[in-house]
Amino acid sequence: MTDLITHNDKPVLKVRDLSIAYEQGKYAVKTVTADIESKAITAIMGPSGCGKSTLLRAFNKMHELYPNISTKGTIFLNDTDINNMSTIELRRKIGMVFQRPNPFPTMSIYENVIAGYKLNGIRLKRDERDSIVEKALKDVTLWDEVKDSLFKKGTFLSGGQQQRLCIARAIAFDPEVLLLDEPTSALDPVSTSRIEDLLVDLKESYTILLVTHNMSQAARISDNSMFMYLGELVEYGKTDIMFTNPKDPRTEGYLTGKFG
Amino acid sequence: MNSDKLTKAALFSASLLILIIIAGIVFSLIRGAIPAFHAYGLKFIISNEWNPTSGKEVYGALPFIAGTLMTSILALLICLPLAFSTSLFISEYYRHTRISGIITSLVDLLAGVPSIVYGLWGFYTLRPFIIRLGLSEQGFGIFTSSLILAIMIIPYATSLSNEIIAMVPDELKEAAYSLGATRLEVIFNVIIPTARSGIIASYILALGRALGETMAVTMLIGNSNVIPSGLFSTGNTMASIIANQFGEASGLKLSSLIAIGLLLLAITGIVNSIGKYIIRRFS
Amino acid sequence: MTAGSLQYFTDNIGRRNKKNKIFLLLVILLASLTVIPVILIIGKIVIMGISQFNFSFFVQTSPDSLQAMTAIANNETIPGGIANGITGTFLIVLLSSLMAVPAGIMIGIYLYENKNHPYSYFLRNLTEILQGIPSIVLGIISYLWIVKHITNGFSALAGSVALAIMMLPMIIRSTEETMKMIPNEIKEAAFALGAPYHKVIFRVLIPTGFSGLSTGILLSLSRVLGETAPLMMTALGSTVINYNIAKPTSAVPLLIWEFYNDPNMVRLVWSSALFLMIFVLSLNILSGRLSAKQKPERKK
Repeated sequence: MTDLITHNDKPVLKVRDLSIAYEQGKYAVKTVTADIESKAITAIMGPSGCGKSTLLRAFNKMHELYPNISTKGTIFLNDTDINNMSTIELRRKIGMVFQRPNPFPTMSIYENVIAGYKLNGIRLKRDERDSIVEKALKDVTLWDEVKDSLFKKGTFLSGGQQQRLCIARAIAFDPEVLLLDEPTSALDPVSTSRIEDLLVDLKESYTILLVTHNMSQAARISDNSMFMYLGELVEYGKTDIMFTNPKDPRTEGYLTGKFG
Repeated sequence: MNSDKLTKAALFSASLLILIIIAGIVFSLIRGAIPAFHAYGLKFIISNEWNPTSGKEVYGALPFIAGTLMTSILALLICLPLAFSTSLFISEYYRHTRISGIITSLVDLLAGVPSIVYGLWGFYTLRPFIIRLGLSEQGFGIFTSSLILAIMIIPYATSLSNEIIAMVPDELKEAAYSLGATRLEVIFNVIIPTARSGIIASYILALGRALGETMAVTMLIGNSNVIPSGLFSTGNTMASIIANQFGEASGLKLSSLIAIGLLLLAITGIVNSIGKYIIRRFS
Repeated sequence: MTAGSLQYFTDNIGRRNKKNKIFLLLVILLASLTVIPVILIIGKIVIMGISQFNFSFFVQTSPDSLQAMTAIANNETIPGGIANGITGTFLIVLLSSLMAVPAGIMIGIYLYENKNHPYSYFLRNLTEILQGIPSIVLGIISYLWIVKHITNGFSALAGSVALAIMMLPMIIRSTEETMKMIPNEIKEAAFALGAPYHKVIFRVLIPTGFSGLSTGILLSLSRVLGETAPLMMTALGSTVINYNIAKPTSAVPLLIWEFYNDPNMVRLVWSSALFLMIFVLSLNILSGRLSAKQKPERKK
């Protein structure tokens, strides 16, 4: 049972009947249909193996990298079918942050933030570059901590700082949507909390899709929540409503800790 | 326990064997080479006369040093694009597929072919091919030898590279893809910078291997004791002059050949050490 | 992004995708080019070598130039074979193994037991250096040590010393690696039962690591079997079957070299090369199979 959330403003992302299989007949994601509210945080949660990461990675066509994965159904970004968009263009508009912080070890902090432009061959003027880097690092509250070591490699940063650097790298490219795949699961509670605050700030500028294995994180910061179980989108609704009054017994079971 | 002490002592003495062998090698070579250096001084290294007529014997190592360096470096240059593409094929583009397993086995097979068999094939197949292409009249020379050397060192250039490239974490590649990079861009902006030291080290080690190669080169280089003047001119390498003339050499000639062996040892040793140093700094 | 950069970005996408595809094609092309020589070489050897491949080829000794010339003139197959080479190779390689295998295993075990000692690091470096020494230099060394001083002339022993030094580093390394893969508990259990050190080595460590050790030995054998240069100045070669280690001995690669250099006997190179390749490849495949079987088992 899913509740398509429709809003007054057009949803930035729309999913229609999306199914993803790793092998013949084994579906990791089964006919998911949903509208994603723009400039809000939508959490995707569920027990291990429920398909939440698989669903997330469909939005920026990461599955293209793995030829044995087949996808059915459609995803729309601003009413355009993403299969009709070039992958490069799609990934300009949809950025991703991964579970384990992965700054490029051979690049400096500065170069990491600007990596999106460099990889795509976009040459910017010096001041434009500097201002993009400064703004992105300020937006993730990392600027003060690294402004004196911008040209050192980022490996001396702590896990939390590295992850914020990765978020800076993603937003420096000015996307519309930010996909985050369990971004705090490898971090300590203090860093986790900082990043959660950061995401709440960022939602004013970006639409955020957050996969999390931690339902309290979803409860803390998300506006909408999806609950997935065994590949199905079981329930989808406003977070506070879903958490206090889940409609599906499976959702209730997950939220009360019966499994997960 | 006494017997344990004995066993430990036995193992330790065995380990001394390596020290003894290496020290012995260096010592014997130097001792054997002294007469030549005594007669010609250090100019031996830069002299290019090689005249065995008795009474007026003059020997110099330069033509052979030149031949060795030219063939080995050219071999490395030829091998580079081939080995690099093969590594990308096996460890990046077609990793974990059956075809890459087949290619890996075929490359391993290259390593198992003895040098003299390479020489035979080079002489009977490659040489006529070069002649037919009109590149050289007799088909011998620097180019042909470098070509066969390049094929011989491909397995050495790829084996370490394959490992290093495969070790680049998926997450780094995915991060680059998520920013919109094409596969080519991921290779040049992420994989190569991350794997750079390992890749360079494997090519340096392949060079070390090429420097010491004897039979195949001997059969294809033309065996003329001059500094090669061009790509298709004949010449000789340190290893091949030793192979050709050691059997019946004596006196000053023998000492000169041993001196050349010492130089070969030194050059190979330096190149291999550079390669190992880079690997160590990398990990 | 400025509007200008954005436009450049969008325009450039097609170009980047095209470069991407072209590069892939280039990689496939060059990789295929790389493996073609193997197929050509093996093909040529098999095709040309199989014609002289018969029983007498393996049991008769090599012909001399006159016999060969007469046979060619009469349009017959050249008589003789490579029996002296086969027995010579066998003798030399056997001697090398007798020298290199026990020493290599002992040194490998020493390095394994004293893993972190600075002396071990030093030794491992030396072993790597030894492995990088060109085979012809080892030929010179064996000439100076054995031919000059011990056997007073070319001999099988001299040949085998050169090859033994070549085999040593490989055996040392594979022994150490094999030992590392044996779970520590097995060694400790043997000690706990009161076994003396040498029994632990011979009754537990070596048998447990047998397939790994054999892999290393087979691999080093396949490497030295084809060596020609060091033998040219040590074993020299011989026209007869020889079992005296102090006398010059033939070997298959040496015979190939002799046939190659004699215009009358050149035809024999292919069958000899085929024989050599079959041997070397079989050892390679055998050691590959063994190493695949050798998976570390952790029993709890």
